[in-house]
Amino acid sequence: MELEKHEYDVVVVGAGGAGLRAAIEAHDSGARTAVVCKSLLGKAHTVMAEGGIAAAMANLYPEDNWRVHFRDTMRGGKMLNHWRMAQLHAQEAPDRVRELEDWGALFDRTPDGLISQRDFGGHRYARLAHVGDRTGLELIRTLQQRTVALGIDVYMECTVTRLLTDEDGIIGAFGYWRESGRFVAWQAPSVVLATGGIGKSYKVTSNSWEYTGDGHSLALQAGATLVNMEFVQFHPTGMVWPPSVRGILVTESVRGDGGILKNSAGNRFMFDYIPDFFRKETAETEAEADRWYDDKKNNRRPPELLPRDEVARAINSEVKAGRGTPHGGVYLDIASRRSPEYIRKRLPSMYHQFRELAEVDITAEPMEVGPTCHYVMGGVEVDPDTEAARVPGLYAAGEVAGGMHGSNRLGGNSLSDLLVFGRRAGQAAAEHAHGCAGRIELPDDALAEAGRAALAPFEREGGENPYTVQHDLQQTMHDLVGIIRTAPEMELALERIAALKERVANLSVEGHRQYNPGWHLALDLPHMLIVSECIARAALEREESRGGHTRDDFPGPDPGWGKTNLICSSASDGGVAIGHQPLPQMPAELAEIFEETPS
Amino acid sequence: MTYDAAFRVWRGDAEGGDLRDFTVAVNEGEVVLDVIHRLQATQAGDLAVRWNCKAGKCGSCSAEINGRPRLMCMTRMSTFGEDETVTVTPLRAFPVIRDLVTDVSFNYEKAAQIPAFTPRSREKDGNHRMQQIDVERSQEFRKCIECFLCQDTCHVIRDHEENKASFAGPRFLIRLAELDMHPLDVVDRRDAAQEEFGLGFCNVTKCCSEVCPEGIHLTDNGIIPLKERVVDRKFDPLTWLGAKIGRRPRD
Amino acid sequence: MTATASRGTGPVTPGPGGGPAPRRAAIAARTLRKDRWWLQPLLTVLALLLFIVYSTFRAFQNAHYFAEPYISPFFSPCLTTACEGDTFPKLFTGPDWISPALYILIFPLGFRLTCYYYRKAYYRSFWLSPPACAVAEPHGRYTGETRFPLIFQNVHRYFFYAGLVFNAILTYDAVLAFRDEGGAWGHMGLGTLVLLANAALLWLYSLSCHSCRHIVGGRLNNFSRHPLRYRFWTVVSRLNANHMKFAWASLFSVAFADFYVFMVATDTISDLRFF
Repeated sequence: MELEKHEYDVVVVGAGGAGLRAAIEAHDSGARTAVVCKSLLGKAHTVMAEGGIAAAMANLYPEDNWRVHFRDTMRGGKMLNHWRMAQLHAQEAPDRVRELEDWGALFDRTPDGLISQRDFGGHRYARLAHVGDRTGLELIRTLQQRTVALGIDVYMECTVTRLLTDEDGIIGAFGYWRESGRFVAWQAPSVVLATGGIGKSYKVTSNSWEYTGDGHSLALQAGATLVNMEFVQFHPTGMVWPPSVRGILVTESVRGDGGILKNSAGNRFMFDYIPDFFRKETAETEAEADRWYDDKKNNRRPPELLPRDEVARAINSEVKAGRGTPHGGVYLDIASRRSPEYIRKRLPSMYHQFRELAEVDITAEPMEVGPTCHYVMGGVEVDPDTEAARVPGLYAAGEVAGGMHGSNRLGGNSLSDLLVFGRRAGQAAAEHAHGCAGRIELPDDALAEAGRAALAPFEREGGENPYTVQHDLQQTMHDLVGIIRTAPEMELALERIAALKERVANLSVEGHRQYNPGWHLALDLPHMLIVSECIARAALEREESRGGHTRDDFPGPDPGWGKTNLICSSASDGGVAIGHQPLPQMPAELAEIFEETPS
Repeated sequence: MTYDAAFRVWRGDAEGGDLRDFTVAVNEGEVVLDVIHRLQATQAGDLAVRWNCKAGKCGSCSAEINGRPRLMCMTRMSTFGEDETVTVTPLRAFPVIRDLVTDVSFNYEKAAQIPAFTPRSREKDGNHRMQQIDVERSQEFRKCIECFLCQDTCHVIRDHEENKASFAGPRFLIRLAELDMHPLDVVDRRDAAQEEFGLGFCNVTKCCSEVCPEGIHLTDNGIIPLKERVVDRKFDPLTWLGAKIGRRPRD
Repeated sequence: MTATASRGTGPVTPGPGGGPAPRRAAIAARTLRKDRWWLQPLLTVLALLLFIVYSTFRAFQNAHYFAEPYISPFFSPCLTTACEGDTFPKLFTGPDWISPALYILIFPLGFRLTCYYYRKAYYRSFWLSPPACAVAEPHGRYTGETRFPLIFQNVHRYFFYAGLVFNAILTYDAVLAFRDEGGAWGHMGLGTLVLLANAALLWLYSLSCHSCRHIVGGRLNNFSRHPLRYRFWTVVSRLNANHMKFAWASLFSVAFADFYVFMVATDTISDLRFF
C-alpha cells in the first residue's frame, strides 16, 4: 500500500480555535507539532461564532470577577458541569483573551481604550469580548496567523479515519488527503482531538458538513469514554426561511443588543416562560427589562436573555400552540427598538446575512427565527487540568470534550473554552510526548487494515447512495431525538439507527479517489451513526429534564439525576454501552459561591 | 415555486475537462450552492465542490458564476431568469484539482511570507490601550474571509501566471496594509510591500473591490493608502528628508 | 509549512498572456460573462477622447479665451498680453506663438493623469488591462507600475500640490468675475456662476484625492493622538468616496467654462448679466 508517513511529538486533529490554540502551546512547549484539518486552514467552524468570548475582565463592570463567571456558568449548566473545568475556565479566560491581542487581534474598544464587552444570555455582567458580530472570524484568523508565523506544519484537507494505539496508549493516526485520496499516517505519542461537534446528524442545524462527530467516534473506538452525550443545545434563534438557509445561526447578540421575541399575536411571550430557578434575577415587567440595558444595577435582565435551553423551549411551545409565524418560527425584533445605524454598526453580518439570503432588512422588519441544533455539551471525558482522555496520549479540547458546560452551555463560553482548554491540552500533550522516549513503529498490519476499511465503499457495486443514508439519519434525529423527547420515540430512533448501520455497511460510491465528496461522506457516516446512538441511548437513560435534554415523559429535574453523569463507552459488540457515574464533588469554598446573593 | 433550471457545470481535472449540461430542480429561496448540492445528491455523486458554512462567513465555496467570481452560497437563484442557463466554473486563476475545486495553495504560501505581527509591549497593568477610531481601519481588512475571489479576479495573476512569483495579490496587500496601520505593530513593511510583494504591479483597476463579498474597500482603503505610505518612504524626497531630520516620526 | 496534498502532476509553466496556464481549468472562452461588460470602457473612451480633442483644439487655437471679466480656466493665470484689461497682472511674456495654455495645462493634466481614479479609467478603457473584471486582457506581458515610465505615477502628490495652486487662481478668477466689463465691483452674470461652479468642483476633486487623504491624516496610525487631523481625515474620506463623481464633474465643468468664455469672446452669445 502506498503510504506517506510523518513523525511528530504532537498531532492535533482539527484546526478550529481549540486545535490551533493547542498546537501553538505544544509548539511553544518544544514539541514537534502538526495540525491535521478536514478543510482549508481558517475555514473551521469557529468562524461561525458571532457573539464573543466570555471572560470576566471587568472592563465595563468592576463588580465582575471569575467567581461571578463561575457561578453563571454552573447555573447555566444546571450544576451538572465539572466544577473544576468551570473554575479553570472562569479564572483563565481573561488572560487567554489578552494574549490574542499580542498576536494581532483587534477587539472593539471601550471609551477607556480597553477591550469592550457585551451582554449575553445567562451572564450577569456584560462580559463578551467581541468584534462586531464576527468574533469567531477574528479568533480563528488570529490563531491561524500565529500558527503560520510559528511555522507549525498544517495538513489541510486531510481527514483522520483512525487513531492508532498499542497497549500503552496512542502511537499515531491514520488518514487520507481529501484532494488526492492518498493515505497518510502520523507517528506520534500524543494526539489532541479538537474536531468540534456533531450537528450534521440533525436536519436543522447551524453546523457545517465538518461536524460529523469524528472526534467523539475516534475517541470511543480508541477506548476513551464520552460524558453527557444526551445534552444537545438547540440555539433558540436560527433562520427559518427560506428553506435552504433553515438553521443558519442568528446571533444571540441581537437579543444582547436590545432585540426581543414576539409571537404572531405581537406578545413578548418570554415573560410567560421564566422558570423558578431564574425568577429572582429576571425582570417581571417590560419596563424593567427595557431599563436594564442602561442600568444593570437597579434592574433585572430581560427574559429574552435567559439561558439558551429556556428560550429554545419557549419558542418551541409558542409555535406548537399555534402562535408561530407563517414559516413556523417566532419574530425576533430589533428594528422597532434600535436605530438603523446602531443595528448596522453592532450587527453588520446579521444585516448582511438577512439582506442577502432572505431579502429581509433587519433595520426595518422583524426576523423570523426558530430553534436550530447548535452545540453538543457532551464529549470526550477528560481530566479537567490536562484534558487527558482515558487513553494515555489522547487529549481532547473544545466542543469535542465534555464536562465543562454541564447540561447547557452559555453563549460566549465556547470561544473561551476553546482557548483555555486548547492551551492546557497542548501543554499536557507536549509534556506527555516528552516523557515517551523510544518511538514505537506503526504496525504495518494496522495501517493496511485502516486502508482497506477506507477503500471498502469502492469495492461494493450497486450499494446505497451515501447522501440518502445521511438524509434518513438527519430526519430520524430531528424527528425522534430533537428538543422534546419521549421514551417511545427514542426507542424507535435506536431501531432506525440499527437499520441505518446495516445500510452504511453496504454503501457504494461512484468515481475515483480524487476529491470525491461521495466517498468522504461514506467514511464520515459511521462516525455520525455511533454518535447518534450515544445521544439516543443516553437521552433514553436520563429520566428527567435538565438543560439541553427535555423529556416530555419526565418534565422536571430530578435531584438524583442531578448528581449523576452518564458515560458512553464502546461495547464489545461494536455498539455503545452506557454507565452511571457520580458527579465530582465540588469543594466547600466553591460551593459557598452559590450561597452568596448576587450583588 | 419549483422549476427546472438549466445548469452548465465545468467537470474535469488538470488533464482536461469541459462544460456539462444538467437540468435540475430549483426551489424558492435557493442559492447556487443548493443546486450544486442537489446535483451531487441526485445526478453526480462525485461532483467535487468545496464548502463549509453556507452562510457567507467562511469563504470556501468560491467559483465563477456566469463568468463572474462569486460565492456560491451567496448567489441567489432569483437573480437569474427561470429560462437562463447558469454556468458554474472553477476559479480560473488557480490550478484546477477537480471540477469546481481549485488548488489555492498559492495564497497560503504568500501568507506565510508576510512578516509577522510584532506588538509594542503591554502597559504596566497588562493591557493594551487603543481607541475605537485607531482600530477601525485595520478591522475592516480583518473582515476578510479569505475566499480568494480578489486573487482570482486580479488580472495581474489571472492573466499572467509568471507574475505569481513577484506579486502577492490583493488579499495580501490589504494584509500588509492592515499590519502597517495596526496601532500596536512596530515593524515597517513598506519596503517589503514594494519589493517582495509587488505592490507596484497593482494598477488600481479595482476588480478586487468589485468582487469582495464582504464589501471591503480593498483599493481605496487598503492598497492606495499603502501605495501612498510607500511613496512616503521611497519616492517623496520631502517626507524622506523630514524623516531623516526627525521632523516626522512615524507615530 | 501549510501543506496540501503533494501533487504528481506537471509543473506550472508561465502561460502566454490571456491563455490559461497548464493545470488551470481548460476553458477556451476569454470570458463567460454574459452582461455588456464592454459598455463601461467604451463610454469612458468616448468621453475622454471628446475632452482631449476639444482641449487640444482650444489650446492650439490660442484665442478667444478672455472676455472681460471672464477668463477661461485653460488660460489662467493669464501669462500673456492677450488678456487685455487688468484681470491679472502680467507675469510672463513668452514667444507669442506658444499658446500659454501649453504651460498651464501640464499641471492639471498631470494631476489627472496620475490620479488614482483616472488611472483605473484609462488602464481599463484605453489599455484594456483589464477591459472589465474577469475578462482576459490582450497583453503578453504585464509589469504594472513597477518600472519606467509608469513608476512615475508615484509623483501624484506633487501634482496635487500644484493643483491646489491652480484652484486658488481659478477661485481668484471667479471672484474677479463679480465685476462688470468696466471693472466695477458688485456685478454678476451667468459667467460668474459658471466660473464659481467650476472652481468649487475643482476644489472638491482635489480635496477628495487619495493623496490628500493620506497627507491630512492617512499616514497616522494612532488617530486618537491627533484629533484635529483625524477630523480632517474623516471629512476627506467622506469626499474621497465620491472622487470618481468629482473627477468627471470637474472635467466637464472645466471644458464647459472654457466653452462659455469662448462663446462670449467670439460674440456668439452675450453673457446674461444679473445685476
